[in-house]
Amino acid sequence: MTTQGQTFLTNITNGTKVRLLKIDAGQGLKARLAAMGLLAGAEFKVINNGHPGPFVIELKGSRMVLGRGMAGKIIVKLSER
Amino acid sequence: MIPPMAEKIKKITVALAGNPNSGKTTIFNSLTGMRQHVGNYPGVTVEKKEGFCRYQDYELDIIDLPGTYSLTAYSTEEVVSRNFIIEQKPDVVVDVVDASNIERNLYLAVQLMELNVPLVLAFNMSDIARQKGLVFDIEKLSALLEVRIVQTVGNKKQGIDELLDGIIQTAQQQPKNPASLIKYGSEIEKEIEKLQQKFDELRNDRWTVIKLLEQDADVLGHIHNEEIVISVMESILRLKNIFGEEPEIIIADRRYGFISGACQETVKNTVEIRHNRSDMIDTVMTHKIFGLPIFIAMMYIVFDLTFRFSEWPMGWLEMFFGWLGRGISGFWSAGSDNILKSLLVDGIIGGVGGVVVFLPNIMLLFAAIAILEDSGYMARAAFVTDRLMHKIGLHGKSFIPMLIGFGCSVPAIMACRILENRRNRITTILVMPLFSCGAKLTIYALIIPAFFAEQWRGPVMWLIYFIGIALAVIAAKILRITLLKGETIPYVMELPPYRMPTAKSVLLHMWERGWLYLKKAGTIILLLSIILWAAARYPRMNAEKLAGLNDAEAQTAMLKYSVIGRAGSTLEPALKPLGFDYKIATALIGSMAAKEVFVAQMGIVYAVSEHDDASVLQEKLRSDYTPLQGFCVMLFCLISAPCIATIAITRSETGRIGWAIFQWAGLTTLAYMVTFVVYQVGMLIF
Ligand SMILES: Nc1nc2c(ncn2[C@@H]2O[C@H](COP(=O)(O)OP(=O)(O)O)[C@@H](O)[C@H]2O)c(=O)[nH]1
Repeated sequence: MTTQGQTFLTNITNGTKVRLLKIDAGQGLKARLAAMGLLAGAEFKVINNGHPGPFVIELKGSRMVLGRGMAGKIIVKLSER
Repeated sequence: MIPPMAEKIKKITVALAGNPNSGKTTIFNSLTGMRQHVGNYPGVTVEKKEGFCRYQDYELDIIDLPGTYSLTAYSTEEVVSRNFIIEQKPDVVVDVVDASNIERNLYLAVQLMELNVPLVLAFNMSDIARQKGLVFDIEKLSALLEVRIVQTVGNKKQGIDELLDGIIQTAQQQPKNPASLIKYGSEIEKEIEKLQQKFDELRNDRWTVIKLLEQDADVLGHIHNEEIVISVMESILRLKNIFGEEPEIIIADRRYGFISGACQETVKNTVEIRHNRSDMIDTVMTHKIFGLPIFIAMMYIVFDLTFRFSEWPMGWLEMFFGWLGRGISGFWSAGSDNILKSLLVDGIIGGVGGVVVFLPNIMLLFAAIAILEDSGYMARAAFVTDRLMHKIGLHGKSFIPMLIGFGCSVPAIMACRILENRRNRITTILVMPLFSCGAKLTIYALIIPAFFAEQWRGPVMWLIYFIGIALAVIAAKILRITLLKGETIPYVMELPPYRMPTAKSVLLHMWERGWLYLKKAGTIILLLSIILWAAARYPRMNAEKLAGLNDAEAQTAMLKYSVIGRAGSTLEPALKPLGFDYKIATALIGSMAAKEVFVAQMGIVYAVSEHDDASVLQEKLRSDYTPLQGFCVMLFCLISAPCIATIAITRSETGRIGWAIFQWAGLTTLAYMVTFVVYQVGMLIF
């Protein structure tokens, strides 16, 4: 499902800035992520797409690692440059 | 003249909140020094640290709340934090904020503001923020948020006095009403207003209303008025219709919006952040291929060093207890069988001493863990091992306690505190005894050479360790899909930058854990040791019956006559299918105190005097049992009945005696089944 520049976070290459559109997960998990600043509209940069190493993003100045399964539930859109 | 002493000391309670890695512990230590103690919050296994501090005319009672990112009901830590604030009403709440990471950290601050508590923000890590090029307009930000802000550098003790001044001033002030500062937009505000107008009990409680709209399970559970619940559900439905999203998410979004707004006006970023040092270290440390070997090498070094360095102090302690035992024995004539002597020397010094001897090991191990945590490596290690651990439903961090488990289950179970998720933690604790600890090694060291030829010894040892690990993996997996079912916390974690750990924090950590361990040894382990000592000694045999026997034979006869000996004989029929006779059964019961006791008890059963070396006993074992029986003994010792120290620590770390009983009974049953199958199948083959 990659309509209109929407894609799963796992498809994003290193160094790309994206905007979060939707998280495909249960309410509890979404709220947890929201508390860490990962909610619809949040802009962040993919530092490392897991090759090699963990999936790392930079969000509001801090580094976060995401499990691959987690990253596969996050739908994003490329930010306009 | 009135002496200044007459001035009354005023008490202030302060709750310390903050995100993980914000430097909260460092600030807590700077405020309280050594005047602190560790406990648990009632009913849950969340650690509660409390410390005291005297400043001017004030006595501050400082409570360290668990580190959290928010105050939702999704984790025990968060519920504990907010319930503490709501129920105990501390005079001041200090939120330790990582100033180098301001927006995310202010999220908790905003939630604390919503609680309407007298709040002080400690902008910690202000040195790092400066390095990153962040410049704050503190005055303006403070005015916007209506809270006092103090800049601190925790590890250099900068700003601590200012923080104390801020706390005292805030405590004396009339509380403001910052909760109304944050607006959630007209749609949500309308629903809040509606609910507040409709129900009297909500009128002055904006926080509860917001939590209700967020569908907070804990708050909802405390509402007994059906009408409120129904009205709230209606509001939530309306909001969902408008936004196409849970109100909870919208509310979180608005909070971030509020923070962004406040920061835009007051925080300037003067330097573009480039690749930093942490990034470079990380490309190596978390490398897909090298990450795991690096982790294993690190762990090897940690364990090697801790065991190497703890050898000397352990030797000293052993010498000390030996000296103490002999000293006390000296009050009685040689060979005397005085009960007090036996209780002191065999029961207490033997039992508690045997546990206390491990103290240096434990303290060094925890110092090492503190270094790994404070430096920021732990977060990476967790990531590196996560893929592996996820398969059995556990978190990457479980790996570290498990490794410690090869040394001793007790510190391993204590180390499970690094696991935030409760189900994860309990699962890891429950399977811990399956990792062959050092004491079990003494059993293998007796049995393997007795029954197996030189070239088979290594493989048999390896097999025993492997069986333990395999069973732990299977048991963990089963627990995670049955009793301790639940989503494995999907992996989202902050990667803190690498930092130099401070000596003070490491020492404090070491001291804390060591003290906890000593307390255990002095209470429950002492009690259980005495019970087992008595069971091995009573009832006594008539002296005449022992006539003509030498010392070793007399001991054998007495053990047979005691509660343990009788229990061993009684259990013999039940243990026969496993290949065990009453001698092994007796030693097994004795080894419930501590695994290494098995060897000593076997010695007594076989009337081997203490001065003979192990080969004498091994010779006797070889003549009585087959290698299959020997193997089954090891297998049973590996799996069954964790020692009393483990039981005690499981009880206190899980908060429930039930888990300790479950662990004991479950493992013993498992041991019975596995050994049964192995022995019976083995009999058919050999
Ligand atoms: N540079 C710097 N490091 C700090 C500061 N405060 C704490 N640290 C370090 O940050 C690390 C984590 O601190 P800690 O208090 O354990 O964080 P906690 O997880 O919030 O309890 C430790 O290595 C501290 O020495 C600070 O203000 N500046």
